[in-house]
Amino acid sequence: MRGRAYDGRMRSDMRITSSVMDATLLDLPWDLPLDEWGEDDVVQLPKGISRHLVRFARLNGRVVAIKETTEEMASREYSMLRTLQRLDVPCVEPLAVIAGRSDADGEPLNAALVTRHLRFSLPYRALYSSSMQPSTAQRLVDALAGLLVRLHLVGFYWGDVSLSNTLFRRDAGAFAAYLVDAETGTLERDGLSDGRREDDLEVARVNIAGELLDLAAGERLDPSIDPVAVAGSIVEQYRSLWHELTTEQVIPASERWRIRDRIERLNLLGFDIEELSISTGDGGTTVRIQPKVVDPGHHHRRLQSLTGIDAQENQARRLLNDLDEYVAVQHDQRPNVGDEALANEWFEQVFAPIVESVPLELRGKLEGPEVFHHVLEHRWYLSEQRQCEVPLVEAAASYIETQLAYLRDEAALLNVPTTMTMPIVTQQDLQDDDDGVDWRDKV
Amino acid sequence: MASVTFDNATRLYPGSTKPAVDSIDLEIADGEFLVLVGPSGCGKSTTLRMLAGLEEVNDGRIMIGDRDVTDMPPKDRDIAMVFQNYALYPHMTVAENMGFALKIAGVAKEERAKRVEEAAKLLDLEPYLGRKPKALSGGQRQRVAMGRAIVRQPQVFLMDEPLSNLDAKLRVQTRTQIASLQRRLGVTTVYVTHDQTEALTMGDRIAVLKDGILQQVGTPRDLYANPANVFVAGFIGSPAMNLMSLQMSDQGVHFGQHLTTIERERLAKAKEGVIVGVRPEDVSVSEQGDGLPVEVDLVEELGADGYLYGHADVEGKRVDIVARVDGRNHATAGDTVYITPDPEHLHVFDKESGTRL
Repeated sequence: MRGRAYDGRMRSDMRITSSVMDATLLDLPWDLPLDEWGEDDVVQLPKGISRHLVRFARLNGRVVAIKETTEEMASREYSMLRTLQRLDVPCVEPLAVIAGRSDADGEPLNAALVTRHLRFSLPYRALYSSSMQPSTAQRLVDALAGLLVRLHLVGFYWGDVSLSNTLFRRDAGAFAAYLVDAETGTLERDGLSDGRREDDLEVARVNIAGELLDLAAGERLDPSIDPVAVAGSIVEQYRSLWHELTTEQVIPASERWRIRDRIERLNLLGFDIEELSISTGDGGTTVRIQPKVVDPGHHHRRLQSLTGIDAQENQARRLLNDLDEYVAVQHDQRPNVGDEALANEWFEQVFAPIVESVPLELRGKLEGPEVFHHVLEHRWYLSEQRQCEVPLVEAAASYIETQLAYLRDEAALLNVPTTMTMPIVTQQDLQDDDDGVDWRDKV
Repeated sequence: MASVTFDNATRLYPGSTKPAVDSIDLEIADGEFLVLVGPSGCGKSTTLRMLAGLEEVNDGRIMIGDRDVTDMPPKDRDIAMVFQNYALYPHMTVAENMGFALKIAGVAKEERAKRVEEAAKLLDLEPYLGRKPKALSGGQRQRVAMGRAIVRQPQVFLMDEPLSNLDAKLRVQTRTQIASLQRRLGVTTVYVTHDQTEALTMGDRIAVLKDGILQQVGTPRDLYANPANVFVAGFIGSPAMNLMSLQMSDQGVHFGQHLTTIERERLAKAKEGVIVGVRPEDVSVSEQGDGLPVEVDLVEELGADGYLYGHADVEGKRVDIVARVDGRNHATAGDTVYITPDPEHLHVFDKESGTRL
């Protein structure tokens, strides 16, 4: 749409490209450079290390991220993120490109890309209180490897894979990774060359090592973590997943049950096969199988179709275990009731009461499926302690009171110091930097 | 350091019948700064990515020094993509920011310190090695990022439009810095740009591509003075060369009533006629005479010089004309002037094939 004069903040030559027209976008002070936006407009949220200035603002009750860059790059990234969303790749939601900005004196200002902040998502620098623990670092790298495989499967070359360019959502003890920065990426419709995949992996390895070494330099990394080894593990993790998802397998024709085996292994990894190529060779004595189209979110989809719950993959896996157990027990007692009806019953009588028992003021702490996962875990611990089965409702009450209440609010995590804004340097700062340590001892 | 050789290298994308890069033969000498230039979609970035190992080579081969790298993974090629990622780590010192990739590669500490120190000297960053990035200016931060690539001591630097995100002023500053740094380092460098001014000001040699085909390779002066075909003639130089299709006579071509002679041997090679080219600085402008009449549309004054923009009727077709004029003494919009070329600097191309005669 073409802009119009509005409240003195939007100049007549400003252009907004947006798929969802949100008039409140116009309320932001587009006639000021982003670094001059005041406290009224900007929200302090943690973020990774970025080349561009990124700040957060509140818009219509939601939080948006605003990145200042050139119009060409903002438009390119906007359409790339839209394409990735259509391809069902986990990434942030692009909201708008604001171009043709100028300040009160008519001086041109950079264009801005506006994306919606992903609720309950966290940058890696917010995933520790005092220092990052080995298990967290490893789970982040594993999640990033999973995301990279998904991106490569749709033909996306990232070019700048890093923890900073990723957001993480809790996923039943693991993390689910979301792409945040698509600025350097390209989409190859005919699939990625091995060279590009290898390059992304190498960039990932070097960037992750740099990010962990930076945490170590700031004394924010558990000393038992070897940054180079943890960063290097993305290569192995990626390769084994890629292999399982794409490799051709030759099996004897007499062992066709192994086709089923392969499909189950992929299901366990959270993927469904939408297309499988099967051909016979060696005069009919062998069968070649190769997954052609794999679709992530196997457990997520199954849980959603049975109950309507929108959960991350591992959360869904965890919830399905409970649901399947419930259905099996009920089925023994009431064999005439169908699985769908029982799943619905589980939702209404087991899942919903637990999630709804969380007091309103605590609902910004964790997402519903994540709460349910923790309640299941908590029940397991309580039961073990008491050596008897603890009812879920009791476990939920105990979990909410003893644990959830003490967690920080992660719906839109506030007031964690940002790592990116570089303050004006004083002479004192420079003296503090020159702490008498020879740089050679640190390099 | 090493030379780079493209030997008949071809990239054909799946499902496409026309190669994105078509049988490129190109030798880049050890220590040379070569610029790949051409319009969008000409294959220049694909060529660079083939060298980087990011694009498959469907035919032919690529050598770095005497190593055939055609099927080698990117990380084993000993190349560095510069400016690919210039985010700096806030808690690490400048020295750590420059040297951490060496740590990952398992380079010993003394060697790391030595290489960082050398790079810092080259980049004028020595006084800042013990400081954190927050204490640096924007330009210094960019040099630290460059230092990250330098300390790896790669055989070849690759740069893909590294200045495209910068504003005009910083672009000019940075391109001078990159060119002078490359000369001090002496590392073979392949640089991609769509901007012919960047190509002319930075490269030892320039390779011009169009539609995946290498049009010409040469020094900036070669390309400017002796373009191999109409495309290179029009692409290199700003403002662009005046190009027009003129009828030949036995002796040469006519600019209006003015005969400009061309050797018979050159004319004999033309089949369907010629396209002649004259650079704006090689156009003589008179208020009267027998030259080609040009109606002046605009004169852009640049101080000592100016550029006159006008149009002429050449055999029933409107042709835009640019001529360099005296900044203080020139015609004005609406005037008619008469132009003739400097015969010493007249470029003649075959109308059918576009090649230089």
